[in-house]
Amino acid sequence: MLELYDTLKERFKLGELKQQRDDLAFVTVEADRLHELLSHLRDVEGYTHLVLLTAVDWIEEDLFQLTYLVNNRDEACDIGVRVMLPRDNTTMKTIHDIWPTAATYQRELREMFGIDFPGSPRVDEEFILEGWDDIPPYRREFDTKAYSDKTFAVRPGRETHDPAAYMKQQREKGEG
Amino acid sequence: MKDELKKRVIKGPDGFEFEVDPMQDYFCEEPPKEHPPIYVKIVEDLFNWARSESIWILGFGTGCGAIEMRPLMTPRFDAYRYGVQWRPTPRQADLLMISGYLSTKTLKRAIRAYEQMQNPKYVVGLGSCTINGGMYWDSYNTIKKLDEYLPVDTYIAGCMPRPEALLAGFNDIKKIIRAGKAEGANEYAKNFEWYKKNQKQVIKDWDMPDYNW
Ligand code: SF4
Repeated sequence: MLELYDTLKERFKLGELKQQRDDLAFVTVEADRLHELLSHLRDVEGYTHLVLLTAVDWIEEDLFQLTYLVNNRDEACDIGVRVMLPRDNTTMKTIHDIWPTAATYQRELREMFGIDFPGSPRVDEEFILEGWDDIPPYRREFDTKAYSDKTFAVRPGRETHDPAAYMKQQREKGEG
Repeated sequence: MKDELKKRVIKGPDGFEFEVDPMQDYFCEEPPKEHPPIYVKIVEDLFNWARSESIWILGFGTGCGAIEMRPLMTPRFDAYRYGVQWRPTPRQADLLMISGYLSTKTLKRAIRAYEQMQNPKYVVGLGSCTINGGMYWDSYNTIKKLDEYLPVDTYIAGCMPRPEALLAGFNDIKKIIRAGKAEGANEYAKNFEWYKKNQKQVIKDWDMPDYNW
Protein backbone atom coordinates (compact mmCIF):
# COMPACT_ATOMS: atom_id res chain seq x y z
CA MET A 1 0.00 0.00 0.00
CA LEU A 2 2.94 2.27 0.61
CA GLU A 3 3.97 1.94 -3.03
CA LEU A 4 0.53 2.89 -4.17
CA TYR A 5 0.61 5.84 -1.82
CA ASP A 6 3.93 7.01 -3.17
CA THR A 7 2.75 6.91 -6.74
CA LEU A 8 -0.47 8.78 -6.01
CA LYS A 9 0.78 11.20 -3.41
CA GLU A 10 2.00 13.93 -5.75
CA ARG A 11 -0.72 13.60 -8.30
CA PHE A 12 -3.68 13.86 -5.91
CA LYS A 13 -1.98 15.94 -3.21
CA LEU A 14 -2.67 13.28 -0.61
CA GLY A 15 -2.27 13.90 3.09
CA GLU A 16 -0.37 11.62 5.37
CA LEU A 17 -1.00 7.88 5.12
CA LYS A 18 -2.23 6.19 8.29
CA GLN A 19 -1.58 2.48 8.03
CA GLN A 20 -3.88 0.81 10.49
CA ARG A 21 -3.26 -2.81 9.54
CA ASP A 22 -1.47 -4.48 6.67
CA ASP A 23 -4.71 -4.50 4.74
CA LEU A 24 -6.23 -1.22 5.90
CA ALA A 25 -5.02 2.34 5.52
CA PHE A 26 -6.53 5.79 5.72
CA VAL A 27 -5.58 8.84 3.75
CA THR A 28 -6.89 12.41 3.61
CA VAL A 29 -7.54 14.28 0.41
CA GLU A 30 -8.85 17.71 -0.56
CA ALA A 31 -12.55 17.76 -1.43
CA ASP A 32 -11.97 18.80 -5.06
CA ARG A 33 -9.55 15.92 -5.66
CA LEU A 34 -11.77 13.21 -4.23
CA HIS A 35 -13.78 12.39 -7.32
CA GLU A 36 -10.68 11.96 -9.46
CA LEU A 37 -8.95 9.90 -6.83
CA LEU A 38 -11.86 7.51 -6.40
CA SER A 39 -12.25 7.07 -10.16
CA HIS A 40 -8.56 6.34 -10.39
CA LEU A 41 -8.67 3.86 -7.53
CA ARG A 42 -11.60 2.09 -9.09
CA ASP A 43 -10.52 2.01 -12.71
CA VAL A 44 -6.76 1.69 -12.47
CA GLU A 45 -5.86 0.36 -9.05
CA GLY A 46 -8.58 -2.26 -8.71
CA TYR A 47 -10.45 -0.76 -5.76
CA THR A 48 -13.75 -1.66 -7.34
CA HIS A 49 -16.01 -1.92 -4.34
CA LEU A 50 -17.36 0.94 -2.24
CA VAL A 51 -17.74 -0.60 1.20
CA LEU A 52 -19.25 2.39 2.92
CA LEU A 53 -19.56 6.12 3.01
CA THR A 54 -20.00 7.66 6.39
CA ALA A 55 -19.58 10.94 8.23
CA VAL A 56 -18.14 12.03 11.55
CA ASP A 57 -19.08 15.29 13.18
CA TRP A 58 -16.00 17.06 14.59
CA ILE A 59 -17.95 19.85 16.18
CA GLU A 60 -14.98 21.16 18.17
CA GLU A 61 -12.99 21.68 14.98
CA ASP A 62 -16.07 22.85 13.10
CA LEU A 63 -15.58 20.09 10.52
CA PHE A 64 -17.37 17.15 9.04
CA GLN A 65 -15.27 14.20 8.07
CA LEU A 66 -16.49 12.00 5.24
CA THR A 67 -14.93 8.57 4.96
CA TYR A 68 -15.13 6.65 1.71
CA LEU A 69 -14.01 3.10 2.33
CA VAL A 70 -13.06 1.23 -0.84
CA ASN A 71 -12.02 -2.36 -1.20
CA ASN A 72 -9.73 -4.20 -3.57
CA ARG A 73 -11.09 -7.71 -3.80
CA ASP A 74 -8.11 -9.31 -5.49
CA GLU A 75 -5.66 -8.08 -2.94
CA ALA A 76 -8.16 -8.14 -0.08
CA CYS A 77 -7.25 -4.71 1.21
CA ASP A 78 -9.15 -1.54 2.01
CA ILE A 79 -8.39 2.14 1.74
CA GLY A 80 -10.37 4.73 3.63
CA VAL A 81 -10.33 8.09 1.88
CA ARG A 82 -11.12 10.96 4.21
CA VAL A 83 -12.34 14.41 3.31
CA MET A 84 -12.69 17.23 5.80
CA LEU A 85 -15.44 19.75 5.09
CA PRO A 86 -16.62 22.91 6.84
CA ARG A 87 -19.75 22.32 8.91
CA ASP A 88 -21.91 25.16 7.60
CA ASN A 89 -23.97 24.50 4.49
CA THR A 90 -21.84 21.49 3.76
CA THR A 91 -21.94 20.37 0.15
CA MET A 92 -19.93 17.68 -1.49
CA LYS A 93 -19.64 16.46 -5.02
CA THR A 94 -21.73 13.34 -5.53
CA ILE A 95 -20.01 10.09 -6.47
CA HIS A 96 -23.09 8.20 -7.61
CA ASP A 97 -21.65 8.27 -11.13
CA ILE A 98 -18.74 6.12 -9.92
CA TRP A 99 -20.78 3.82 -7.66
CA PRO A 100 -24.57 4.09 -8.04
CA THR A 101 -24.97 2.63 -4.55
CA ALA A 102 -23.40 5.76 -3.11
CA ALA A 103 -26.70 7.55 -3.75
CA THR A 104 -28.26 5.71 -0.81
CA TYR A 105 -25.47 6.73 1.55
CA GLN A 106 -25.69 10.27 0.32
CA ARG A 107 -29.40 10.36 0.93
CA GLU A 108 -28.83 9.18 4.46
CA LEU A 109 -26.09 11.73 5.09
CA ARG A 110 -28.32 14.47 3.76
CA GLU A 111 -31.07 13.49 6.16
CA MET A 112 -29.00 12.68 9.23
CA PHE A 113 -26.22 15.29 8.98
CA GLY A 114 -27.59 17.82 6.51
CA ILE A 115 -24.70 17.32 4.08
CA ASP A 116 -25.90 18.08 0.59
CA PHE A 117 -24.87 16.18 -2.52
CA PRO A 118 -26.35 18.13 -5.42
CA GLY A 119 -27.35 15.94 -8.34
CA SER A 120 -27.47 12.72 -6.38
CA PRO A 121 -30.66 10.77 -7.19
CA ARG A 122 -33.55 11.40 -4.76
CA VAL A 123 -31.21 13.10 -2.32
CA ASP A 124 -33.86 15.49 -1.05
CA GLU A 125 -36.47 12.81 -0.37
CA GLU A 126 -37.09 11.45 3.09
CA PHE A 127 -34.93 8.45 3.77
CA ILE A 128 -35.63 6.91 7.19
CA LEU A 129 -37.36 9.66 9.11
CA GLU A 130 -40.92 10.65 8.39
CA GLY A 131 -41.99 14.23 8.84
CA TRP A 132 -38.81 15.29 10.61
CA ASP A 133 -39.07 18.94 11.65
CA ASP A 134 -35.87 19.67 13.55
CA ILE A 135 -32.18 19.94 12.69
CA PRO A 136 -30.70 16.70 11.35
CA PRO A 137 -30.50 14.34 14.32
CA TYR A 138 -26.93 13.08 13.92
CA ARG A 139 -25.41 16.55 14.13
CA ARG A 140 -23.85 16.84 17.50
CA GLU A 141 -25.49 20.14 18.38
CA PHE A 142 -28.80 18.27 18.26
CA ASP A 143 -29.77 17.40 21.82
CA THR A 144 -31.62 14.08 21.59
CA LYS A 145 -32.50 14.07 25.27
CA ALA A 146 -34.08 17.51 25.13
CA TYR A 147 -35.94 16.64 21.94
CA SER A 148 -37.14 13.37 23.41
CA ASP A 149 -38.35 15.03 26.61
CA LYS A 150 -40.14 17.71 24.64
CA THR A 151 -41.80 15.34 22.17
CA PHE A 152 -42.65 12.11 23.97
CA ALA A 153 -44.75 11.51 27.03
CA VAL A 154 -42.68 10.35 30.00
CA ARG A 155 -43.67 7.87 32.65
CA PRO A 156 -42.61 9.28 36.00
CA GLY A 157 -40.53 7.21 38.39
CA ARG A 158 -37.57 6.51 36.22
CA GLU A 159 -34.23 6.96 37.99
CA THR A 160 -30.75 7.13 36.64
CA HIS A 161 -27.66 6.29 38.64
CA ASP A 162 -24.03 6.74 37.87
CA PRO A 163 -23.09 3.04 37.78
CA ALA A 164 -19.79 3.38 39.65
CA ALA A 165 -21.17 5.59 42.41
CA TYR A 166 -24.28 3.48 42.74
CA MET A 167 -22.39 0.20 43.07
CA LYS A 168 -20.10 1.75 45.64
CA GLN A 169 -23.08 2.93 47.62
CA GLN A 170 -24.68 -0.50 47.44
CA ARG A 171 -21.47 -2.14 48.59
CA GLU A 172 -21.21 0.17 51.55
CA LYS A 173 -24.80 -0.56 52.42
CA GLY A 174 -24.10 -4.27 52.25
CA GLU A 175 -21.14 -4.00 54.57
CA GLY A 176 -22.84 -1.71 57.09
CA MET B 1 -49.11 14.73 1.35
CA LYS B 2 -47.72 11.87 -0.69
CA ASP B 3 -48.67 11.70 -4.35
CA GLU B 4 -50.42 8.37 -4.05
CA LEU B 5 -52.78 9.83 -1.46
CA LYS B 6 -53.92 12.75 -3.58
CA LYS B 7 -57.23 12.85 -5.36
CA ARG B 8 -56.72 11.95 -8.99
CA VAL B 9 -58.24 10.49 -12.15
CA ILE B 10 -57.20 6.96 -13.02
CA LYS B 11 -57.55 5.13 -16.27
CA GLY B 12 -58.55 1.49 -15.82
CA PRO B 13 -57.25 -1.37 -17.99
CA ASP B 14 -60.46 -1.21 -20.04
CA GLY B 15 -59.87 2.45 -20.86
CA PHE B 16 -62.56 3.65 -18.50
CA GLU B 17 -61.61 6.73 -16.52
CA PHE B 18 -62.64 7.21 -12.92
CA GLU B 19 -61.74 9.44 -10.03
CA VAL B 20 -60.17 8.18 -6.83
CA ASP B 21 -59.73 10.02 -3.58
CA PRO B 22 -57.74 7.60 -1.42
CA MET B 23 -58.41 9.49 1.80
CA GLN B 24 -62.16 9.16 1.23
CA ASP B 25 -62.66 6.00 -0.75
CA TYR B 26 -60.63 3.45 1.09
CA PHE B 27 -61.57 4.34 4.62
CA CYS B 28 -64.64 4.77 6.71
CA GLU B 29 -64.79 8.24 8.18
CA GLU B 30 -66.84 7.22 11.16
CA PRO B 31 -65.05 7.24 14.52
CA PRO B 32 -65.13 4.02 16.55
CA LYS B 33 -68.13 3.34 18.78
CA GLU B 34 -68.30 1.88 22.23
CA HIS B 35 -69.76 -1.60 22.49
CA PRO B 36 -70.44 -2.20 26.16
CA PRO B 37 -71.42 -5.71 27.27
CA ILE B 38 -75.14 -6.10 26.68
CA TYR B 39 -76.03 -9.64 27.65
CA VAL B 40 -76.70 -10.96 31.14
CA LYS B 41 -73.62 -11.68 33.14
CA ILE B 42 -73.60 -15.42 32.68
CA VAL B 43 -73.63 -15.08 28.90
CA GLU B 44 -70.93 -12.42 28.93
CA ASP B 45 -68.88 -14.67 31.18
CA LEU B 46 -69.20 -17.48 28.68
CA PHE B 47 -68.10 -15.15 25.90
CA ASN B 48 -65.16 -13.94 27.93
CA TRP B 49 -64.15 -17.47 28.74
CA ALA B 50 -64.19 -18.32 25.05
CA ARG B 51 -62.24 -15.19 24.18
CA SER B 52 -59.64 -15.80 26.83
CA GLU B 53 -59.03 -19.35 25.63
CA SER B 54 -58.40 -18.41 22.03
CA ILE B 55 -56.04 -15.49 21.97
CA TRP B 56 -55.03 -14.78 18.42
CA ILE B 57 -52.03 -12.54 18.11
CA LEU B 58 -51.26 -10.29 15.21
CA GLY B 59 -47.83 -11.28 13.92
CA PHE B 60 -46.44 -7.78 13.93
CA GLY B 61 -43.04 -7.36 15.52
CA THR B 62 -41.90 -3.85 16.31
CA GLY B 63 -38.67 -4.20 18.28
CA CYS B 64 -36.15 -6.70 19.58
CA GLY B 65 -38.89 -8.48 21.53
CA ALA B 66 -40.37 -9.87 18.33
CA ILE B 67 -37.62 -12.45 18.36
CA GLU B 68 -39.05 -13.95 21.54
CA MET B 69 -42.21 -14.92 19.69
CA ARG B 70 -40.44 -17.54 17.62
CA PRO B 71 -39.51 -19.87 20.47
CA LEU B 72 -43.09 -19.52 21.66
CA MET B 73 -44.46 -20.71 18.36
CA THR B 74 -42.17 -23.69 18.19
CA PRO B 75 -42.24 -26.92 20.22
CA ARG B 76 -40.01 -25.90 23.09
CA PHE B 77 -42.42 -23.40 24.61
CA ASP B 78 -45.40 -24.17 22.38
CA ALA B 79 -47.85 -21.42 23.19
CA TYR B 80 -50.43 -23.07 20.94
CA ARG B 81 -51.34 -25.47 23.72
CA TYR B 82 -52.83 -22.49 25.56
CA GLY B 83 -54.97 -21.51 22.62
CA VAL B 84 -52.56 -18.75 21.66
CA GLN B 85 -51.73 -18.50 18.01
CA TRP B 86 -50.34 -15.99 15.55
CA ARG B 87 -52.32 -14.63 12.65
CA PRO B 88 -51.14 -12.90 9.51
CA THR B 89 -53.70 -10.10 9.27
CA PRO B 90 -55.26 -7.63 11.71
CA ARG B 91 -58.76 -8.75 10.78
CA GLN B 92 -58.12 -12.21 12.19
CA ALA B 93 -56.32 -11.15 15.33
CA ASP B 94 -57.56 -9.93 18.69
CA LEU B 95 -54.30 -9.29 20.49
CA LEU B 96 -51.75 -6.73 19.35
CA MET B 97 -48.36 -7.32 20.94
CA ILE B 98 -46.15 -4.28 20.87
CA SER B 99 -42.94 -6.22 21.11
CA GLY B 100 -40.44 -3.61 22.21
CA TYR B 101 -39.36 -0.16 21.18
CA LEU B 102 -41.74 1.62 18.90
CA SER B 103 -40.39 4.30 16.62
CA THR B 104 -42.81 7.00 15.59
CA LYS B 105 -42.71 5.59 12.09
CA THR B 106 -43.76 2.15 13.31
CA LEU B 107 -46.28 3.68 15.68
CA LYS B 108 -48.14 4.94 12.67
CA ARG B 109 -48.38 1.38 11.27
CA ALA B 110 -49.23 -0.03 14.68
CA ILE B 111 -52.13 2.40 15.01
CA ARG B 112 -53.42 1.40 11.61
CA ALA B 113 -53.11 -2.27 12.46
CA TYR B 114 -54.84 -1.77 15.79
CA GLU B 115 -57.72 0.14 14.28
CA GLN B 116 -58.26 -2.54 11.67
CA MET B 117 -58.66 -5.25 14.25
CA GLN B 118 -62.16 -6.37 15.20
CA ASN B 119 -63.62 -5.76 18.62
CA PRO B 120 -62.99 -6.98 21.24
CA LYS B 121 -59.26 -6.41 20.95
CA TYR B 122 -56.42 -6.25 23.39
CA VAL B 123 -52.97 -4.69 23.52
CA VAL B 124 -50.00 -6.01 25.44
CA GLY B 125 -46.77 -4.04 25.76
CA LEU B 126 -43.68 -6.17 25.82
CA GLY B 127 -40.42 -5.09 27.42
CA SER B 128 -39.25 -2.03 29.25
CA CYS B 129 -39.19 0.03 26.07
CA THR B 130 -42.98 0.10 25.93
CA ILE B 131 -43.23 0.83 29.64
CA ASN B 132 -40.86 3.75 30.13
CA GLY B 133 -38.63 3.91 27.12
CA GLY B 134 -36.16 1.28 28.28
CA MET B 135 -32.73 1.87 26.89
CA TYR B 136 -34.23 4.17 24.26
CA TRP B 137 -35.28 6.64 26.93
CA ASP B 138 -33.43 9.54 25.26
CA SER B 139 -33.99 8.58 21.64
CA TYR B 140 -35.25 11.16 19.18
CA ASN B 141 -37.67 8.79 17.49
CA THR B 142 -39.08 6.20 19.87
CA ILE B 143 -42.03 6.69 22.16
CA LYS B 144 -41.59 6.17 25.88
CA LYS B 145 -45.06 5.46 27.20
CA LEU B 146 -47.21 3.23 25.07
CA ASP B 147 -50.48 3.79 26.90
CA GLU B 148 -50.56 7.40 25.75
CA TYR B 149 -51.09 6.21 22.19
CA LEU B 150 -52.91 2.87 22.41
CA PRO B 151 -55.07 1.38 25.17
CA VAL B 152 -52.77 -1.16 26.84
CA ASP B 153 -54.30 -3.97 28.87
CA THR B 154 -51.14 -5.24 30.45
CA TYR B 155 -47.39 -5.00 30.25
CA ILE B 156 -44.75 -7.71 30.43
CA ALA B 157 -41.58 -6.34 31.97
CA GLY B 158 -38.06 -7.29 31.01
CA CYS B 159 -35.42 -6.42 28.49
CA MET B 160 -36.21 -8.62 26.78
CA PRO B 161 -38.76 -10.80 28.59
CA ARG B 162 -38.01 -14.52 28.35
CA PRO B 163 -40.57 -16.78 26.71
CA GLU B 164 -41.60 -17.96 30.19
CA ALA B 165 -42.41 -14.36 31.06
CA LEU B 166 -44.53 -14.14 27.95
CA LEU B 167 -46.41 -17.27 28.91
CA ALA B 168 -47.05 -15.74 32.33
CA GLY B 169 -48.18 -12.58 30.52
CA PHE B 170 -50.63 -14.59 28.45
CA ASN B 171 -52.06 -15.97 31.66
CA ASP B 172 -52.40 -12.44 33.00
CA ILE B 173 -54.25 -11.22 29.96
CA LYS B 174 -56.46 -14.32 30.12
CA LYS B 175 -57.42 -13.45 33.68
CA ILE B 176 -58.13 -9.87 32.68
CA ILE B 177 -60.32 -10.98 29.80
CA ARG B 178 -62.18 -13.50 31.93
CA ALA B 179 -62.86 -10.91 34.56
CA GLY B 180 -64.42 -8.76 31.84
CA LYS B 181 -61.88 -6.01 32.43
CA ALA B 182 -60.23 -5.99 29.02
CA GLU B 183 -62.17 -3.00 27.79
CA GLY B 184 -59.36 -1.47 25.74
CA ALA B 185 -61.36 -1.08 22.55
CA ASN B 186 -64.14 0.74 24.43
CA GLU B 187 -61.61 2.89 26.22
CA TYR B 188 -60.15 3.79 22.85
CA ALA B 189 -63.56 4.72 21.46
CA LYS B 190 -64.43 6.70 24.57
CA ASN B 191 -61.19 8.67 24.69
CA PHE B 192 -60.73 8.72 20.96
CA GLU B 193 -59.92 12.42 20.78
CA TRP B 194 -57.35 12.21 23.54
CA TYR B 195 -55.60 9.31 21.83
CA LYS B 196 -55.65 11.09 18.49
CA LYS B 197 -54.22 14.22 20.04
CA ASN B 198 -51.34 12.25 21.54
CA GLN B 199 -50.74 10.31 18.37
CA LYS B 200 -50.66 13.41 16.23
CA GLN B 201 -48.26 15.07 18.60
CA VAL B 202 -45.55 12.53 17.78
CA ILE B 203 -46.50 11.55 14.23
CA LYS B 204 -45.56 14.77 12.50
CA ASP B 205 -46.58 13.80 8.99
CA TRP B 206 -50.06 12.55 9.70
CA ASP B 207 -51.27 11.53 6.25
CA MET B 208 -54.06 9.11 6.95
CA PRO B 209 -57.67 9.46 8.01
CA ASP B 210 -58.29 9.72 11.74
CA TYR B 211 -59.80 6.29 11.90
CA ASN B 212 -58.41 3.59 9.63
CA TRP B 213 -61.15 1.09 10.00
S1 SF4 C 1 -37.10 -3.69 26.10
FE1 SF4 C 1 -35.00 -4.31 25.57
S2 SF4 C 1 -35.26 -6.11 24.29
FE2 SF4 C 1 -37.22 -5.03 24.33
S3 SF4 C 1 -37.21 -3.67 22.57
FE3 SF4 C 1 -36.44 -2.52 24.29
S4 SF4 C 1 -34.22 -2.72 24.18
FE4 SF4 C 1 -35.10 -4.34 22.92
